[in-house]
Parts: sequence; C-alpha cells; structure tokens
Amino acid sequence: MSATDGSQAASASTRGRSWRKPPMIANPVLRYGLLVLLAAYLVYAVDDVNFDLARFIAGIPKAIDMAQQMVPPDFSRWQLLLDGVLESLQMAIFATAIGVVISIPIAVCAARNMVPKPVYLAARGYLGVVRTLPEVLIAIFLVKAFGFGAFAGMLTLTIASTGFVGKLLAEDIEDLDPGQVEAIRATGGNWLKVLLFGVAPQTLPRYIGLCIYRLDINLRESTILGIVGAGGIGATLYNSFGRYEYDFSFAILLSIIAIVLVAEWASGAIRARIT
Amino acid sequence: MTGDPSMADGIYTPTGRRIWRRRSRPETLRRFGLWLIGVMIVVWAITGLNVHWPFVLDAPQQVADLAGRMMPPAWSFTGEIVAPMIETINIATLGTILACVLSIPVALLAAQNTTLNRTTLWIARVIVVTSRSINELVWAIIFAAIFGPGPLAGVIAIGIRSIGFTAKLIAEGIEEIDRGQVEAIAATGASRAKVIAYGILPQIMPTIVGVVTFRWDINIRQSSVIGLVGAGGIGITLNSAMNLFNWPQVTIILIAIFIVVMASEWVSNLLRKQFT
Amino acid sequence: MLQVDKLTKTYPTGQKALDACSLKVEKSQVVAVIGPSGAGKSSFIRCINRLVEPTEGQIWLDGSEVTALAPDQMAKMRRHMGMIFQEYNLVERLTVMENVLSGRLGFVSFWQAFLRKFPQADIDRAFDLLERVGLAGYENNRADALSGGQRQRVGIARALIQEPKILLVDEPTSSLDPKTARTIMGLIAELARERGLPALINIHDVGLALMFAERVVGLSEGRIVFDGAPDEVDEQILTRIFGEADWRQTIRHAAEDAEALERRRAAAPDGGDGAEPAWQSGAAR
Ligand SMILES: Nc1ncnc2c1ncn2[C@@H]1O[C@H](COP(=O)(O)OP(=O)(O)O)[C@@H](O)[C@H]1O
Ligand SMILES: [Mg+2]
Repeated sequence: MSATDGSQAASASTRGRSWRKPPMIANPVLRYGLLVLLAAYLVYAVDDVNFDLARFIAGIPKAIDMAQQMVPPDFSRWQLLLDGVLESLQMAIFATAIGVVISIPIAVCAARNMVPKPVYLAARGYLGVVRTLPEVLIAIFLVKAFGFGAFAGMLTLTIASTGFVGKLLAEDIEDLDPGQVEAIRATGGNWLKVLLFGVAPQTLPRYIGLCIYRLDINLRESTILGIVGAGGIGATLYNSFGRYEYDFSFAILLSIIAIVLVAEWASGAIRARIT
Repeated sequence: MTGDPSMADGIYTPTGRRIWRRRSRPETLRRFGLWLIGVMIVVWAITGLNVHWPFVLDAPQQVADLAGRMMPPAWSFTGEIVAPMIETINIATLGTILACVLSIPVALLAAQNTTLNRTTLWIARVIVVTSRSINELVWAIIFAAIFGPGPLAGVIAIGIRSIGFTAKLIAEGIEEIDRGQVEAIAATGASRAKVIAYGILPQIMPTIVGVVTFRWDINIRQSSVIGLVGAGGIGITLNSAMNLFNWPQVTIILIAIFIVVMASEWVSNLLRKQFT
Repeated sequence: MLQVDKLTKTYPTGQKALDACSLKVEKSQVVAVIGPSGAGKSSFIRCINRLVEPTEGQIWLDGSEVTALAPDQMAKMRRHMGMIFQEYNLVERLTVMENVLSGRLGFVSFWQAFLRKFPQADIDRAFDLLERVGLAGYENNRADALSGGQRQRVGIARALIQEPKILLVDEPTSSLDPKTARTIMGLIAELARERGLPALINIHDVGLALMFAERVVGLSEGRIVFDGAPDEVDEQILTRIFGEADWRQTIRHAAEDAEALERRRAAAPDGGDGAEPAWQSGAAR
C-alpha cells in the first residue's frame, strides 16, 4: 500500500526517468522561434495601440462616474426614443421583405449547377463584395447618394440581406438532391419548371429559416446605422453620448437590448417551429 | 411546410365528384390571414421611411457622380494607409485575445454544469447578453468617452463586444462535454480548479480554438469601422478622407479593407482546419 | 477498513436506489457486488466516494466518517479511494501519461498540475505502473488512440497511482469483449491482492465474479440479499438476486475456470509473478 509495494513489480530501469509532455511542435527551433515571434508581436502590438497603463487607470474613475450618471435610466423623452425605435423596426422589416425576394434570383445565379459560368462568377463576385464590406461602410455611401435618413439605412440592410441570404441559399441549391431535379427534367420540364418544381420545394424550408434569421440580424443592425446618418435609433443614441446625457443613453441601450432579445427569442421560436 | 391533405374526408363537389385540393379550407384561411398580417406589417414599415422622392430619383445620377469622383484610386496614398491598416489588425487581434482570456471564466459560469450557483449563472448570462446586444460601434463610443479616443478604446470595445459571442459558444461546448471524464478527475480527489484544468479544458480546447479564430475574422472586419467614432484604426483615415471629400483616397482605403478582410477569412479558415 | 451502515439513497426523481445497505470489509479482499442492472450497484459504489450524495446512513473508511466530511475534506478523502469506471472515463485528448498522473492531482499544487511538472517520484510510479499493466512505451500516446482494453489498463494505473486505501470498481469489463474482460478482471484482482488492497467490484457477469472474487455480495432492488463466499453461491441464491433463470451452466463454468486458475497459480513458484497466467498474455491488445 506504500511506494515500496509499487516498486516490487517494476523493473529498476524506469527509476529517475524523466517525462515531459510531448510538445505540439516537435522541432525545437521552430517551436521556440514561433514563441519568440509571438511574444515580440504582442509587445509590438500593445505598443502600437498606445497601451498606456496610466491612461487605463485614469479611465477607471471615469467609467465609474459614467456608470453613476447612467443610473437611473431616463425614459422621460420616451416619445423621441419610441420614434427612433419604430423607425429602426420599419427599416429592418421593409429591408428584409425586399432583400429576401431579391436574394432568390441572385442565389439562383450564384449556384454552379443552375447557370452558365459567367453568370455564376458575376453573382459570386457581387456576393463576395457585399459580404466582405462592413455594413456601416455601405451605409456611409448610401447616405452620400440618397441623403440622410431611413431610406439609406433601409437600402443598406436590403443589400446586406441579399449578400447573406443569397450566399446561403445558393449553397443550398448547389447541395440539392440531383435525383429530384433530374426527375422533373425527365418529364420534359424547362429550366423554369425545374426551378419551380425541382429546386423550390427542396430549399423552401431552409429559405424561410434564413429569412427569419436575417430579420433578426437586420433588427440588430438597424439600431446602429443612425450613427452614420442612416436613420433609426442609432442617431439618437450617438447624440445622447455626444451631449453627455448618459442617463438617456442608458435608456436607449436598454431598449436596444430588449429589442435584440425579443427578436432573437422570436426568431429562434419560429425557426424551431418550421424546421 | 407542406400541409398534410386530409385524405380521410375528401372534398366533394355538389355533384358528388371528389376533387383534390392541397389544403383544407381552415388551413387555407389561416395561411391567408398570416400573409395578410405580414403584408400589413410591411406596408406599415414603408410609411416610416420618409422617402424624399426627389433624392431617390436623383440617386442614380449621384451614384454615377460619386463613382466618377472616386476613380482613379489614389494609388500614391497606399503607403500612408499601411500603418493604420496594421493598427486595425492589431486592434482586432488584441481585442480577440482580451475576449478569449475573459470569456473562459464567463463561459464556465454561464454553463449549467460548471456554474457555481444560480446567482453566478445569471451574472454570466447578463454579461453575455449585454456584450452581444450592443454593437461594437456603441461600445467604441462608450470606451472612447472613458479612455479617450484612440486604439486603446478600440481594443477594449472589440474585446468586450466579443466576450458574449465567444463565451456563449464556449459555454454551449462545456454543456456538451463528456461528464464521465470530469467525474473521473473529481474522483481522484482533485480540487475544482484542477478538475477544470484536467477534466474540462482538454475537452473544450477544440471549441475554444475554433470559436476564437472565427471571432478574430469577424473582428478584423468590425475594427475597420470603429475608427469612425474615434476608436483607432483605418476607420479614422477613412473618416478624414471623407470629410475632406478626397474620394480617390476613399477608394484605395476601401480596396485595402476589402483585401485585408478577405485575407483574414482565409487565414481563419486555415487555422481552424489545422487545429480542429 | 470500510464500513457502510444503513446506506440509503433516494434520487430526486423519487427512485429509491439503495435501501439501508450495510457492509463491512475488514481485510484486504476482492469483493464482487453482483446484481441485475438497476439493482443499485453503481449507486452503492458512488455513494462511498460521494460522487452520489447518500440520503441516509454512514460510511467509514479507516476510522474516519466519510459521510460527515465537508466538500474540501471530501476531496482529500477521495485521494484514498481509487475508482475504475465502466466507460474508462479517460480524458480522451490527453496522453496516457497525463491520464495516469492525473491520479496524483490531489497531492500536487495547481500550478504543478497545470504545467505538468509532477514530482519525479510520481513519474517513477507512473512508469512502473504502465509497465505493470502492460503499457510500457505507450506513455505519449493519446488516450483516444487506444483500444478498449488498453484504455481500461490506463484507468487501472490512474486509480493505483493514488496509492489508495480501497479500490472502487464500477463494471470494469462491461464495455469489453469477453476475452479482454477476463484479462482486465484478472489484472484488477491480482493488483489488488498484490498491494493488499480491498476492492469493491461491481459486476453483473456472475461467471467473472465467482472466478475472481473472495467474497460475493448480492444486490437486488437496493437491498443486500446475499453476502458470502463464491462457493456458497448456488442456484437458489442467484435466483434470489437475479430472478428465475437456468443458473446451472453459469455456476459449473465458473467453478471449472476458478479451478484452472488455482492450478496455474499453484504451479507458479512465486505466487503467479514468474509464470504468465492466461489472462495476462496479450497485454497491450
Ligand atoms: N441520477 C439518477 N437519477 C435518478 N435515478 C437514478 C439515477 N441514477 C440511478 N438511478 C436509478 O437508481 C436505480 C439504481 O441504479 P444504478 O445504481 O445505476 O444500478 P446498477 O448500477 O446496478 O445498474 C435505478 O432504478 C436507476 O434508474
Ligand atoms: Mg451501473
């Protein structure tokens, strides 16, 4: 029951033999080289972002101060708050409604198995650009083109929706069961008939799921586009920070959190029911 | 989504011939009602858009005009955007590291099977919800107000914004671990911290790596805009170019953002394939 | 050594898994706990190291009352109880060595454990044990790359490196093929004897129980319905434990196997270590 019992059965050859966990990278030069590089990068990056402990510490009382000014939240200007929130909702809903419809032709064009190569490449190129650029940047340009307001925001969300739904729907179309499509083709159906009776029924449930998911995302995004002048509650929020009306800011933030939570819950509940 | 046509009681014409319809009558009515409500909501939504039609009709002209002014890109400006672009990457990377470090304890408290008690579960959930619901631009505004404008505010904003996302996904990973392995470590008499280090951490390592590299990719994209509200990176350069109406410079900045975001997506996919 | 007094376990679901079970293990012996699935075997063994919290009753190990311990003291107490599981419960993504060394977690500091800087004495023990269970040279393999039998060998080493005062073994062979099951059961029984350790082994395979145990405890619907030597186990007793069935075959085979084992043990001059018993061959399968 003690160490001596254990050694009874063992050979003496293992005594004093050391053990180290085998390193992830076997080559020591490479391993330590990478470690040194990583450490050097961290030092450099922390320096590059002007991390200054004094400034960080100085921020702490400011943060506490801000938090104190935030509570209690000020809902007295609820009219202004409500206007902004409703505008955000309207932007998001309308943009989703149009965006998901436009997504359908885009998705068909971006599916390798449905269209000729040049069309496919053009559609994929569009999706690549739209999905890569942050929505806020798209919004800035649309504000320049269409002026300040919800219209620019709505367009931004529409375009972003086509990028999201278009790409995922295109992947669904590419993954579909070729047998069912062949069956329609075999009955002598033309391209449109194949699309309507072969492709649509198979992709519909996922498509509806994607639409609802995107509505959820659009509701979130619609609350911040106002920061760049594209309508909704974001402008009100930005201004309240600029005027140091932190209690009003907090009220707006709480409203945004509430919207996001309700949207996420509803979206999850609906998607769970239909799939 | 296909309704189930009730075969038992078919639908008959007055002359007694059985006809086929896809859906029963109440089902059709219900669907019609849902569509009607949907259309009404969309119609209501458009009333809020306050469209200034002169602006909209003018827009194609405006877009063409803007596009004309943006071309050709100011290639000579390339040298000047390298530093802010690197700063953007650094903000994203440090922000992601910050989020990674902070989200592991939050995830442990947010998972049903590792949290300490109901209070800690709720605290962790509030942190996750708050972090996820507030956009990085808003976090950037808040931290720029606290720490002053600059990349430091950006790092903290990106970090705080990412905690919710990473902690939520890691917590879901923790809830799915094999309890037997944890139990076996606990049975050796290991303390709670050692059980986490030996029983839980090895199991969730692939999840952590996957989630964090995925988030890093998202953060590269997001940290290119937080400069618009003063939190450092290429967004600041973009903002000043736009304020000066220097459109050729704006073009080159957009190209740079595009390339970096594409590259980060590629790197992130590569890393995830390597490690998981 | 181990004393269990009127142990009762009622799960939150209302299921009464154990009903006033009492058991005394006074000396180092291999005790097989047999009973049909759902009899409460796992609950019984898990109550002893309080992976399952007992509802009523007392448990004593070497004079200290296990059931009275606060959580941090319970962690210390668990160091003295080695546990072996049916599903092995190795940390799949760690190496064999880390899994074995995890048996020492209760004895090292957090940072030693975290950085894998275990004392040399622990590493010596780990190498000895790996050799003893037939896994010499496997220390750097990842646990998820091992076969079932090999995994259970690691599980045994992990329990033994704790240098426990008792072994708690829950269905060690149920996930293994019959031949490996025998080998593993033999290994556990042999190691327990060799170290003078009492071992409580849950097993629903009566044949294996009769073959390797010195004492058999029968559990049925949460009650201990039999406690005695293997050769006292007859048809009537098995019917009491498991219910009506034809038990003659089982008993005869077990008796023959036990005899064969005894003959081999007698033939080996130093009590089984020199000659290689049948269940020890093919160690790293
Ligand atoms: N965690 C649990 N919650 C509720 N009931 C349980 C739990 N674990 C076991 N039981 C019940 O307790 C009884 C005994 O189970 P167990 O101890 O696992 O038996 P055995 O190991 O002999 O198969 C069974 O009826 C089982 O359903
Ligand atoms: Mg069991």
